[in-house]
Amino acid sequence: MLEEKKGKFNRVNHHKNIIEVENISFSYPGGENVLEDITLAIHQGDYIGFVGPNGAGKTTLLKVMLNLLTPQSGKVKLFGVETRDFRDWRRIGYVPQKAVNFEANFPANVYEVVLMGRYSAKKILQRTSKEDKEAVKEALQKVEMWEFKDTLIGELSGGQQQRVFIARALVNNPEVLFLDEPTTGVDKKTQDYFYTLLQKINRELGITLILVSHDIERLTQEVMHIACVDKTLTCHLSPEEYLSESQSLHLHGKDVRVITHHHHN
Amino acid sequence: MITQIFQYGFMVRGLEAGIIVAIVAPIIGIFLVLRRYSLIADTLAHVSLAGIAIGLLLGVNPVLTALGTAVVASLGIERLRNSKKVYGESALALFLSGSLALAVVILSLAHGFNANLFSYLFGSIITVTSGDVWVILILAVIVISTLSVFYKPLLYVTFDEEAAKVSGVPVRLVNTVLILLAAMTVALAIPIVGVLLISALIVIPVLSAMQLKKSFLATIIYAEIFSLVSVISGIIFSFYLNLSTGGTIVLIMLTIFSGIFFVKSLEG
Repeated sequence: MLEEKKGKFNRVNHHKNIIEVENISFSYPGGENVLEDITLAIHQGDYIGFVGPNGAGKTTLLKVMLNLLTPQSGKVKLFGVETRDFRDWRRIGYVPQKAVNFEANFPANVYEVVLMGRYSAKKILQRTSKEDKEAVKEALQKVEMWEFKDTLIGELSGGQQQRVFIARALVNNPEVLFLDEPTTGVDKKTQDYFYTLLQKINRELGITLILVSHDIERLTQEVMHIACVDKTLTCHLSPEEYLSESQSLHLHGKDVRVITHHHHN
Repeated sequence: MITQIFQYGFMVRGLEAGIIVAIVAPIIGIFLVLRRYSLIADTLAHVSLAGIAIGLLLGVNPVLTALGTAVVASLGIERLRNSKKVYGESALALFLSGSLALAVVILSLAHGFNANLFSYLFGSIITVTSGDVWVILILAVIVISTLSVFYKPLLYVTFDEEAAKVSGVPVRLVNTVLILLAAMTVALAIPIVGVLLISALIVIPVLSAMQLKKSFLATIIYAEIFSLVSVISGIIFSFYLNLSTGGTIVLIMLTIFSGIFFVKSLEG
């Protein structure tokens, strides 16, 4: 199954590191370490799922990678550039945990929300161009939400809102997409649609996907790599290895720590 | 009969100033309301009162001193919030009570302008001078042109601060610009509605428009309409019925809000 996933896009170089996390430790002010000495690399075209129990630091790690939080030690490089010097944010798409950031009564329609994704530091002074409008349309069509363009964001279902936020993240044609607990509060059918969409984004568009989720069972069916986070990085495996390892973890107790990164070519 | 109002120079000045303020207040208000900053307008108004007291004491145009103190205080509030040593709303409380105390002390130092002060508390178009109209106009031009530059990133930061940051929007700069513009808007609105009713002018038309559940752009346009209707009709009513201008304007705004609220709750 993994071989089949890879075969479809030859232009993606699976050996190229696009994200490098080096010895990251992070704590909130006055608190204990949430993350401790985490090191990993993510390659172009990867589809990686970060799993772990609640409060294990998955979202924190994601935010450190995106420079939303500054680690006490260690560094993160995006496309070879340290995050604090990184300026090329158009190459990155981010779908935040929706419930946290989202105001249900916000007077903005779907079109306006996706258009926001086109704003960046460079474009402060520029008017909305024809190019912007086309990018919005294209992104909304990718997630099959174009017909809802005039609907208020708060009037959509949870799953539809999530598709709009994915469109917003896709609107600059990024190379990497970060998704934080994207399926929270979404029914099974919508989840199926959602994961099919992600497979399409990963395989057909060649976009690297980095997903945080507590739904381990589902992730093992979808992603290429599983990274277990529980303050430290406790495993970095293919889903098949993860499944067999987790059985042996149950058999042998918690001493087993497997940190490997396999490549299937 | 309606033309009678234009025979008085102060009424023309009042209407001019009122219309300018009515246009500016909602476009800054929508960002404040959506960011749950509504009370910052109130705080900056009290800060402006201290500025007005200083202006009256020194014999300088009080709108200018109000502007100065509001701008300085807005930067102080933003700094205090960013330091995370004080909660956001506590920072507002500190500035609100502190500046009110300062205003009262200055006023007790210098007796004799209490009547004048009353018009700054509740707004009075009779006291709008042509100098005020110019100050208001210049401030309005600055606020609107800055907003048109920062409109897009402001909307993004207001909707989703983290995603905006990841898109490379300079969030801190945008936040500072917003609070500075709020300070300017408050200062320019003082002669019309007065210190105590400013937040009503900035907040209520936006709240009314938000109930219509339209797109962001449409919400701004509706807020502008409600604001202009309230301010113009408020000035005219208060002139003919000899009522407090600021109070009348705010009551009309509240009537519009209640009317929409009532109709919307009937609908569902």
